[in-house]
Amino acid sequence: MSTVMTDRSATITTIDKPQTRYKMRTENINIYYGKTHAVQDLTLAFPEKSVTALIGPSGCGKTTYLRCLNRMHDMTPDAKVEGRVLLDGADLYDKRIDPIYHRRKVGMVFQKPNPFPTMSIYDNVVAGVKLNGVRNKDILDEIVEDCLNMAYLWEEVKDILKKPAMELSGGQQQRLCIARALAIQPEVLLMDEPASALDPIATQKIEETIEELKKDYCIIIVTHNMQQAVRCSDYTGFMYLGKLVEHGKTKQVFERPVDKLTAKYVQGQFG
Amino acid sequence: MTYTDRQQKRAEIRAMFKSNVRRRLWVDKIVVGTVIVCALMAIIPLIWILGTAVYSGVPALNWEFLTGKPGAVGAGQISIGPAIQGTVIIIALTSLIGLPIGIMGGIYLSEYGGNSRFAKQIRFFMDVFMQVPSIVLGIFAFLAIVLTLGYYTVWAGAIALSFIMFPIVARSTEEALRMVPWTYREAGAALGLSKMVITLRIVLSQAKKGILTGVLLSISRVGGETAPLIMTILGSNIFFSGFDSSTDALPLRIWRLSLQPYDEARIAGWGAALTLVIIIFAIHLGVRYFFLRDKSGKGLRGVLRG
Repeated sequence: MSTVMTDRSATITTIDKPQTRYKMRTENINIYYGKTHAVQDLTLAFPEKSVTALIGPSGCGKTTYLRCLNRMHDMTPDAKVEGRVLLDGADLYDKRIDPIYHRRKVGMVFQKPNPFPTMSIYDNVVAGVKLNGVRNKDILDEIVEDCLNMAYLWEEVKDILKKPAMELSGGQQQRLCIARALAIQPEVLLMDEPASALDPIATQKIEETIEELKKDYCIIIVTHNMQQAVRCSDYTGFMYLGKLVEHGKTKQVFERPVDKLTAKYVQGQFG
Repeated sequence: MTYTDRQQKRAEIRAMFKSNVRRRLWVDKIVVGTVIVCALMAIIPLIWILGTAVYSGVPALNWEFLTGKPGAVGAGQISIGPAIQGTVIIIALTSLIGLPIGIMGGIYLSEYGGNSRFAKQIRFFMDVFMQVPSIVLGIFAFLAIVLTLGYYTVWAGAIALSFIMFPIVARSTEEALRMVPWTYREAGAALGLSKMVITLRIVLSQAKKGILTGVLLSISRVGGETAPLIMTILGSNIFFSGFDSSTDALPLRIWRLSLQPYDEARIAGWGAALTLVIIIFAIHLGVRYFFLRDKSGKGLRGVLRG
């Protein structure tokens, strides 16, 4: 693994200190799809160098909310977002700024693995860097090795980097997508149920990846799998019907939930 | 509902299934057979036409026929050199005008226009354009260009034909781009790429095959058009002599030869028809080889299958 990683790993202990620094926060977010009010008045903050899990039953607006954090709703014509999303204090929804500037700082991993089918493994990893104008071969090589290492994929693909990405298995493709998201050197990483289509071993690898990555990044992960939230998150937000019901340290949300609904959900009584 | 009740219910539902399995298997076979026969009926005329062109055209083919000028009827050999040259020129010029407009128009319709009113209107006009009889386009080019300039020019022909080409290319490009799953555009956006980069570097490469199919279809269509050429490039007995004079083309030459009552003209006409087929076929193979070649090196086999 690169030396960069080991340098930064020392800073992990800051998470539980009282003066938590927030990397990203949202204020009074409302999201509409046509007439459907999918996310209602959601205010939430994400500490840096930590993992926040968003849990809740299907259709509660987790993914919708996650997508507003890098203005992905700009891609859907009938979606409307109100409220403020602040990244280091800068409003992502400032009308004067093109979403591109923020998306370069906020990486995203999608629910289904979606490596670019016409590109090789190598080209997939550096797609964001290369198409954003980086041409230096040495730097690209370095990024590929570094990011694949971080995504726990390097050992499996180091000899087949020129092969089409679609020849990889589903789990490998997803880790490739993580590497691709990391290659643009984001500050925040959004993960939309990154392991939902994967088998237990691939899931475990991705969770290890998340564990490793949180030393550097602010990670926000949407998941259906409550064990996964317990295993790999520091904070948990429980959403229900478009509203944030409860938010706190993962341990507290799962062991001593304040809200009755949260208690029912984490005990598996509905969902 | 108790266990036995449920068992009984299931048995009843199963008993309702049609019992005439034998008959259904026969019907199945008949339907499959019919479908195969229909497929054959679609292919037979094609093979027939190609076969006739080869059978009747091959005797005419020789070097002098392909490279010489058409002499006077009865004065020996009739050649189609100028027509081959003219067809190649006109396909090239038409592609030069029609393909960029068509492909960029298709990109606009799929990626930028969406369901806006403007995009819908463009789509409507393109569909109308595809239905317009080609001779009308020829008359238009004649009035707008030939009469204005005062001479027949290959540009007039190319412009008339590009009106046939670009709606086909634009609509097939649009369809091909729409087939590319949305998730790849989102993945591109999540990497902080601009829409143009996403479209050109990520989406377009996945739609390559569909776009090329439309391009090739339009080239074949344009290569075989006769009517718009009559009024725009007129036809000629000499090789290409500049953009301000008439030019020959294979469809025109075939049409002229077919009007003549002489055997040698008839044979030359078949030869010209076969040559046209060969040129179009060569363009198809060439384009497929250059753009769809399997990089792992399956060569021509991959090209033919793709």
